[in-house]
Amino acid sequence: MSTLVLLSLTGLGLGALYFLVASGLSLIFGLADVLNFAHGLFLSVGAYGTWWAADRLGLGFVPAAAVGVGLGALAAVLVELLLIRPLYARPIDQVLVTVGLSLAGVALLQAGFGADPVTFPKPAWTEETTTVLGATVPNDRFLLIGVALAVLALLQLFLHRTRFGLIVRAGVEDRAMVTALGINVRIAFTVVFAIGGAAAALGGVLAGVYYGDVSPGQGTSLLIFAFIVVVIGGMGSVAGSALAAVVVGLVQQFTSYYAAAGVGEASVVLVLAMVLLARPGGLTGRTA
Amino acid sequence: MTALLDVSELTVRFGSSQILHGVGLTVAHQGVTALLGRNGAGKTTTLKAVLGLVPRTGRIRLADEDITALPTHAIVRRGLGYAPEDRNVFASLTVTENLELAARGSGPHHYDLVYDMFPELKQRGKQRAGSLSGGQQQMVAIGRTLLNDNRLLLVDEPTKGLAPKIVTEVADVLARAAEKVPILLVEQNLALVRRIADHAVVLEQGSVVHTSAAADLLTDADLTRELLGVA
Repeated sequence: MSTLVLLSLTGLGLGALYFLVASGLSLIFGLADVLNFAHGLFLSVGAYGTWWAADRLGLGFVPAAAVGVGLGALAAVLVELLLIRPLYARPIDQVLVTVGLSLAGVALLQAGFGADPVTFPKPAWTEETTTVLGATVPNDRFLLIGVALAVLALLQLFLHRTRFGLIVRAGVEDRAMVTALGINVRIAFTVVFAIGGAAAALGGVLAGVYYGDVSPGQGTSLLIFAFIVVVIGGMGSVAGSALAAVVVGLVQQFTSYYAAAGVGEASVVLVLAMVLLARPGGLTGRTA
Repeated sequence: MTALLDVSELTVRFGSSQILHGVGLTVAHQGVTALLGRNGAGKTTTLKAVLGLVPRTGRIRLADEDITALPTHAIVRRGLGYAPEDRNVFASLTVTENLELAARGSGPHHYDLVYDMFPELKQRGKQRAGSLSGGQQQMVAIGRTLLNDNRLLLVDEPTKGLAPKIVTEVADVLARAAEKVPILLVEQNLALVRRIADHAVVLEQGSVVHTSAAADLLTDADLTRELLGVA
């Protein structure tokens, strides 16, 4: 029983990380048709930004994380304005630019902060444990899950209670018709990039807490799972991403534990294949 | 007086096929201008080209302003309302959200007018637009254009696929709307055109082949048959 509880909470924590990266990825793809391979960079900017603010500026964890998240959002806006915007309607060029940027980003982080992982300034209480139903659970799992739930709630509020959210939901469905109603949908693109960048950066902060250190390639490796989550959940659906992130996190944890390390990753790909065979549009896809 | 909408040399290509070959037409400041022609003549493409929804060359003037180079959203904000052929309501949004999305800028927004013309839209405000019938979706599509103070409505086959009773209802609404705002109407239903159109422009294979008062075209059975293939 205690193993089940620990595996479940760890799986949910991992799912929380995936969700933070995947939600922005999904909205950006759904609205702007941009497959943003540089999204992992926003995660790294968030993680390194937080480390930098804590280590160099001596800020506490929460203000340092705020700096990291702000830098992630800023990076996302700059990428959208300077690199993606000139290339709308040129999908191949966009993919090349974002792939190139993700590679360049890793190299720049290595050049700036070294190739070795740096120790992340995680708050002391996240290293403690709490006993849940007999299981000794590291506190960082609760932080991950709690933050992801809060982001999910905020995103739903944004999407369902604001005009920008209305434009985003409509744009995911039919972008051309949104412009034909006199709405400059490009502004919504920038907003979605900012939100996606901030969420990914927050994912970077939490990844730092979870793994205990940050390294230049961390964003890229988490991005692969985020992409799988987006595809399973259905492009453009935040709720779908949340559901898929939970599924992927749990499947990965349980199979890693009961089968063998490495089987977890493979089983996630298997889940992806099964979902695509059964529901080509993803779990929440309305049309195949 | 210059025309409200003045389109000249409008040309659209998709890949190697040319859809519009230098279309020229004008829309008057009042009444309904019907854009007619057989299937595939380029009627829908003409509306989309005016709005900048498809890449095109040529010149488009709205009143005294050249709007050719403007992006779609800026053209629409000059006062154009567009009800597309396939309605293009946002299926996952509620009826109310569909209308709210269409409400431009600071208004005024004529919700009262829209709900007066289509009481059903008020009753079904919380229903997802995707679950509406075709006729109800058309009400949303037309309602969106009536919400704002537009200078011109572009309405594409509003009665396509609708039951006869709904066709009459849509025709009533368009006739009422046309008293306030000029309409460029694409329509295959000649009975409807006969009822509400003042001017007629006929397209054939991407070119304008006839322009006249609507009555002159539709009372001439031979000409109607020749141009539209129907009597």
